[in-house]
Amino acid sequence: MSTALKILVPVKRVIDYAVKPRVNSARTAIETAGVKHSMNPFDELSIEAAVRMRERGTPAVTDILALSAGPPKCVDVLRTAMAMGADRSIHVEISDAEVKEKGELEPLGVAKLLKSVVEKEERNLVILGKQSIDDDSNQTGQMLAGLLGWGQATQASKIEFEGDNVSVTREVDGGVETLRCPLPMVITTDLRLNEPRYASLPNIMKAKKKKLEKMTLQDFGVDDGRRLKTLKVEEPPARQGGGKVEDVDGMIKKLKELGAI
Amino acid sequence: MPPLRLNPTLFNRCRASSRPRLLRPALLPRFLAAQARWSSATTEPNQPDPDGGTQGAPSSQKHIKYTSESYPEIKRDSKFGGLSEKHVQYFKELLGTESAVIDGFSQDATDDLEPFNSDWMRKYKGHTKLVVKPGSTEEVSKVLKYCNYNMLAVVPQGGNSGLVGGSVPVFDEIVVNMSRMNKIRDFDEVSGTLVVDAGCILEVADHFLAEKNHIFPLDLGAKGSCQIGGNVATNAGGLRLLRYGSLHGNVLGIEAVLPDGTVMDDLSRLRKNNTGYDIKQLFIGGEGTIGIITGVSIQCPQRSKASNVAFFGLESFGKVQQAFCAAKGQLSEILSAFELMDGPSQDLVHRVTDKKRPLEGQHPFYCLIETSGSNPDHDSEKLESFLENVMGEEIVSDGVLAQDETQIQSLWSWREGIPECLGHWGGVYKYDLSIPLPELYKLVEDTRERLTSAGLVGDDETHPVVGVVGYGHMGDSNLHLNIATRRFDKEVENKLEPFVYEWIAKRNGSISAEHGLGLAKKAFIGYSRSETMIRLMKQIKELYDPNGIMNPYKYI
Ligand SMILES: Cc1cc2nc3c(=O)[nH]c(=O)nc-3n(C[C@H](O)[C@H](O)[C@H](O)COP(=O)(O)OP(=O)(O)OC[C@H]3O[C@@H](n4cnc5c(N)ncnc54)[C@H](O)[C@@H]3O)c2cc1C
Repeated sequence: MSTALKILVPVKRVIDYAVKPRVNSARTAIETAGVKHSMNPFDELSIEAAVRMRERGTPAVTDILALSAGPPKCVDVLRTAMAMGADRSIHVEISDAEVKEKGELEPLGVAKLLKSVVEKEERNLVILGKQSIDDDSNQTGQMLAGLLGWGQATQASKIEFEGDNVSVTREVDGGVETLRCPLPMVITTDLRLNEPRYASLPNIMKAKKKKLEKMTLQDFGVDDGRRLKTLKVEEPPARQGGGKVEDVDGMIKKLKELGAI
Repeated sequence: MPPLRLNPTLFNRCRASSRPRLLRPALLPRFLAAQARWSSATTEPNQPDPDGGTQGAPSSQKHIKYTSESYPEIKRDSKFGGLSEKHVQYFKELLGTESAVIDGFSQDATDDLEPFNSDWMRKYKGHTKLVVKPGSTEEVSKVLKYCNYNMLAVVPQGGNSGLVGGSVPVFDEIVVNMSRMNKIRDFDEVSGTLVVDAGCILEVADHFLAEKNHIFPLDLGAKGSCQIGGNVATNAGGLRLLRYGSLHGNVLGIEAVLPDGTVMDDLSRLRKNNTGYDIKQLFIGGEGTIGIITGVSIQCPQRSKASNVAFFGLESFGKVQQAFCAAKGQLSEILSAFELMDGPSQDLVHRVTDKKRPLEGQHPFYCLIETSGSNPDHDSEKLESFLENVMGEEIVSDGVLAQDETQIQSLWSWREGIPECLGHWGGVYKYDLSIPLPELYKLVEDTRERLTSAGLVGDDETHPVVGVVGYGHMGDSNLHLNIATRRFDKEVENKLEPFVYEWIAKRNGSISAEHGLGLAKKAFIGYSRSETMIRLMKQIKELYDPNGIMNPYKYI
């Protein structure tokens, strides 16, 4: 008999993938007020992976716990996670004021928080997105594995179980690599792992009744001190648009001006 | 002419390259609904590619047959004068710059003229030898005055994306192309009134408005190439009609030039103006038959901050109607689209794209509902109670709600991808119809039954018909009846026409809901309009264009 899985899936609320981000006027951050937010797309893949493990049945999945740390609105992405199939969730609330004052949590702070959750909730598998599309850090999973002293497989495109061993195919430059690792472990997900399901209406209704616990960083005794400071945020230089000429003569004149002919 | 750009705004909003672009690789662009819904037999050229452009040349069809050959019964009217050296010289002098006149009279310019002679569907082609591109209202006036005096027939042309053959000449009519009149004249942020030149491209205007948190009250698949003047001239419907209403309501004023050169300056910016006959309405949907529109003022609403999309499976058309009533009742002012797709249409999309279906099981009908509003929390609350209601009452059998923008686009692709997918096997017979809502779907059933019992529908090569499907703007009672075929087949055509038109006439529907008459539907107007109405229309034409030089052989 293989060990039953108790899965933790952290999910982050980020500016929607399809929205064009804009730098604020002080050029210190991206403008987030009034901008559409959604679940980090890589985290959707993680939830989907966990739910598919449950559907497969071997090894059995005892519990899928979704967790999000951030402002009150994070509840929306937790509801989505539960509508997709997570059993319950924890919202580690950080008030908007706190984020404003101290800045967002950093990968190390998140990894410490997750470590504490893993211990309290007795998890044996953590599935994270390989990165969140807002800061693109690609660090949290690795730091968490380090803090826990667990094995890790990053950028997974396929996950298979063989008894208590997990074999993970990951995409690397020029090909794929397959790792085998015993539980407990940390996996981070990549794009080709799966195609996340839509949240169906019956499941959205059911998700409303699932348990959503509110907690704070203090409850987990996490030091969330910030180590990084954002100095400046700038848009990439605007592309120079093409000019229009009225006719052939105009074009020749222009080309001459530019010294092209 | 550059290839048509069916460029959806959504695709211009791609983010930094680290973003997972391949998240859902099979995403179809949001080349918003209703592209290519012309109503007689056509192939499906110019299908948009995932970058929102169109693939290569307009169509696989190499040679476009001259309209004069496909319609041998139409004869050139001998009252019109022929082009002469003197005429060409006049236009060149009037318009000054070289690029404003394409002269195929003094020299061979066949290739240069081709894009102005042939239409988007590559179904119609004229013989013009002259294209003029006036740059101002005054120049338009001088061009028309000259043509009227010399009995030279003209075709007003916008983005040439019309679907009924109205925008290209039949014989040697002079093409008056409006592309050089492309300025945004004025925008008032307080009232939302936009004033533009007629040749301004729809998408350009909408981008301009987006920067100012406003939206153009019309959206359609050809937005990257069609012009506002062309939209007004065809009274285009499109995707936002349910929410923002028709151009007859939104256009506040029109500046137009009559055939004799008179400039009709009715460029009002007023919402209310009850002082006499509202003449500008004749130009909305007038398809270039009584004058050329040179400027438009239009009322533009505030752009919505929040939008949601839900996708339903339903067991009968009766349930679809219940869902529509529930949506109107409970979502009311935030409802921005209610689109219908029947089961067979979704099966064909699935066969062609092989994408994962949004819903688990299969259903006889599907609906796509979009909401747009100013307050995400308020909208979500409304939407949730609506969804709970339609699920609880078992009006819908199953459904999903998009959780992010990517899912929104992906769900839309099951509606917008239909026309493209239907063309997969060969040709499509298309009908764009208005039908009273209760009977909207019955036409599809009757047509399917008719073709099936004639043994024309089947899964193998011996049957010409692949499937008979229905979809469309449920919210506007606008049905698209499409028959996907392996080849055009006289027997199929004879079963369809005049059957479909007679069916529509019996129910007082319209044989052309949003694409107009042009050349394609001219012969069938009698199915939707009484003799008296047609007579009154002819009187208008006679009054404004006594010489008949404006867009002849078409419309009525
Ligand atoms: C992919 C695709 C999707 C479409 N989707 C829809 C849709 O959802 N809903 C819908 O209603 N239609 C739709 N259409 C058809 C629609 O009618 C046209 O795309 C558009 O409104 C025409 O604009 P245009 O500038 O291309 O005009 P053209 O095609 O150039 O001209 C159309 C008619 O208007 C006349 N005209 C043009 N400009 C002027 C002017 N300045 N003054 C007087 N007359 C003028 C022409 O003589 C012609 O009769 C679609 C077309 C395509 C190709």
